[in-house]
Amino acid sequence: MNDLLKVLSQEEYISLTLRSLYSGKGYQKYRMSKFEEYDLYVKNKDFLVSDSVITFTDTNGKLLALKPDVTLSIVKNSKDIDGVMKVYYDEKVYRVSKGTASFKEISQLGLECIGEISNDIISEVLYLAGSSLELISKNNVLAVSSLNLISAVLSYANIAGDLKGQIIKLLGDKNLFAIKELLVANGVQGKAYDLVTMLVTVYGKVNSSLNALDGFVVNDATKTAVAELKSVIAKSVSLGLSADKLMIDFSVVNDAKYYNGIAFKGFIEGVPTGILSGGQYDNLMKKMNKRYGAIGFAVYLDEVSRVKGE
Amino acid sequence: MDKFINVALPKGRLGEKVYDMFERAGYSCPSIKENSRKLIFENADKKVRFFWVKPSDVAIYVERGAADIGVAGKDILCEYNPEVYELLDLKIGKCSMAVAGKKGFQDDRNKTLRVATKFVNIAKKYYAEHGRDIDVIALNGSIELAPILSLSDVIVDIVETGSTLKENDLEVIEKFLPISARLIANKSSFKFKTEIIVDVQEKLSKEVDKL
Repeated sequence: MNDLLKVLSQEEYISLTLRSLYSGKGYQKYRMSKFEEYDLYVKNKDFLVSDSVITFTDTNGKLLALKPDVTLSIVKNSKDIDGVMKVYYDEKVYRVSKGTASFKEISQLGLECIGEISNDIISEVLYLAGSSLELISKNNVLAVSSLNLISAVLSYANIAGDLKGQIIKLLGDKNLFAIKELLVANGVQGKAYDLVTMLVTVYGKVNSSLNALDGFVVNDATKTAVAELKSVIAKSVSLGLSADKLMIDFSVVNDAKYYNGIAFKGFIEGVPTGILSGGQYDNLMKKMNKRYGAIGFAVYLDEVSRVKGE
Repeated sequence: MDKFINVALPKGRLGEKVYDMFERAGYSCPSIKENSRKLIFENADKKVRFFWVKPSDVAIYVERGAADIGVAGKDILCEYNPEVYELLDLKIGKCSMAVAGKKGFQDDRNKTLRVATKFVNIAKKYYAEHGRDIDVIALNGSIELAPILSLSDVIVDIVETGSTLKENDLEVIEKFLPISARLIANKSSFKFKTEIIVDVQEKLSKEVDKL
């Protein structure tokens, strides 16, 4: 066995460790074909990280694509069953990399829960996301956001349409001064102004920022969102996640067309971009005519090889 | 605060002004003012490390984590759209992105508009928003020459005072994007060096208010 371990690259080793973590928690391995009908990606183009997809024509004339994404395929093939389907995958996906503007094979490992998503399930997924990071490197942070809270705050401030899109983009950039300018220019003031700017300023380790969330409570919608965020954080900590590595960070803004509720991103010190990304995507489920909700995350293993071995 | 913070500064006049702001904000590094061939300047007491890079490269250094924070013009951020946090408008190096052409130029919408620029993405986006069909001519310098030699109909470029344009019988047709220097941060560094990055941000913000 030790001889086997010696020949594993760091990426392979981490991939096996993560798989054993997920299967130990009752997640089933999900295997899928390398190809998928191109149609699926055209209909959900914005869900993909990059627009371009490698396509080819099958022998029967059907246009197929090399998978640029795993989640869409899993959702498409999921059945509307009661309870929760828990799966994990370890697949290659094909995307255009920003740096070279050409296609790249990327190793993606992740898990999905599809079905009746309770706070317990969300906490479990958060816990597994945090544990995945911990297995990759001890110097990690899991940044957690609530898209429900962001959207509740923005609708309290009567911000909709184009302006909403602009504010959400600026939130992602932590661009507080531009948000302030935009709010002033659009006549948003008083409590509404304070709440929107708080989406940038309320930030940091959960120990210090969790109580600040109460400041957002102004109506039922914000109250529910705050309570949900607090509850899943408390539960995932009780499952064993270190509160010291959990952060509240509303700059994690996934596309609201597909995502809702809790969203999160994982970082490892020394790796310049997030290496884990996930959240609830009930809106994608609705778009694909599925009855239930879903949550999941993906770990980008190509970045993992840059982490210094521990 | 036991970790060093790496700061990428844009080479040139603007960078020197930016360094002065850092110095007034308490993040000084005297060795930077000495004439030397060194590339990296460090102040171990303040846990800060500066280096000069080409202004258009600052965003790359920060996005890829070689620098934790840096100062880049809004033009560079709009052109390359790097994955970084934009923490502060330093309100220096102010100018505008503008369309300019020969004096009295009238756009004939029957023809494809030829646009010479260093900022290909900004130009494309601007004209796409106006539904205007264009032919982009990517140049690396002396953009003003293009309309004079009929290489292009108009140019999209940075305009500060407009005096170069005037001297060459060109004029601004529209200013569409105000530009100034911005403090940017790597998204991952911000998570692990929050304390020191926020401290720099707050202190620089006070310097901006004094301007």
